[in-house]
Amino acid sequence: MSAETQDILGVAAAWKRAGEQVALATVTETWGSSPRPAGSQLAVTASGKMAGSVSGGCIEGAVADVALETLRTGIPQLLDFGITDERAWEVGLACGGKLKVFVEKLA
Amino acid sequence: MTPETLAALTALRDAKTPVVLATALPGGAQRLLPDMDAPEPLNLAAKRALDRDESGTVPLVGQDWFLQAYNPKYRVIVVGAVHIAQALVPMAAFLGLDVTVVDPRRSFATDERFPNVTVLTDWPDEALDALKPDSRTAVITLTHDPKLDDPALDRALNSPAFYIGAPGSRRTHARRLDRLRELGHSDEAMARIKGPVGLNIAAVTAPEIAVSILAEFIATRRNAARA
Repeated sequence: MSAETQDILGVAAAWKRAGEQVALATVTETWGSSPRPAGSQLAVTASGKMAGSVSGGCIEGAVADVALETLRTGIPQLLDFGITDERAWEVGLACGGKLKVFVEKLA
Repeated sequence: MTPETLAALTALRDAKTPVVLATALPGGAQRLLPDMDAPEPLNLAAKRALDRDESGTVPLVGQDWFLQAYNPKYRVIVVGAVHIAQALVPMAAFLGLDVTVVDPRRSFATDERFPNVTVLTDWPDEALDALKPDSRTAVITLTHDPKLDDPALDRALNSPAFYIGAPGSRRTHARRLDRLRELGHSDEAMARIKGPVGLNIAAVTAPEIAVSILAEFIATRRNAARA
């Protein structure tokens, strides 16, 4: 099983069953040259585990930060990354694409 | 995601039932589709997402919905636990496909040769009757023995399998079609068989042939989803 076809929801659910606090980030929309299609997922635990990806690597760090925040607050967030977004410059969306990522906690 | 939604979604996926997780954006309220109680446009959009195997955001009933399509894995039934299968099977698993190997010759079909995949030692016609290939199933016959390949191809042609492949030279393939014609298959139906199997990349070694077969499988699958 390769990274591209890994069942991230299954991994996240298994972590949850094992007692971890788990957040799930999912690409909901893309424009331009975004490397991962809508539906791509990244699972993050409060203990620091990660599985999957939502980009070619350019925004994973920023999404993981928001995931940890979502674990604390329990409030889902819809993130907007792109060239018009200041945060994207901060994190360096080098691919030049635009995408939206939904981050939620597995309650 | 609520524990109830996660449990229901996990149960449906374990049962290999196609399901869509619909998330209202940006708020995050979620429901599973299809659902008799859901608005019809949502159910229709969910069906389309599953048919196209494509997740995405759609504006529906006054609200943006992200529809995540969870289809069961595509299945590949490989008839013939032969040399090419030993290259093809791990590559197919790497692509995220659900692989079953069928070969009644027990010296070929061993778990040692094919770790981590289902290996059946039934006759191919009986195996295919049990496996019931559907429109998300590929059947690839590799034994080069008509006694084993032909019954599998016969059953595959009677199924909605979306990809049917059988390697061999043009002459071998022509003789194969003659035999299947005697079993009652029309030329039109037999045009579904990719023969010689695989994209023409001048493959020589077993792994190269496996790449050419899987490349053709991918092209067939993706083009069908976009048609």
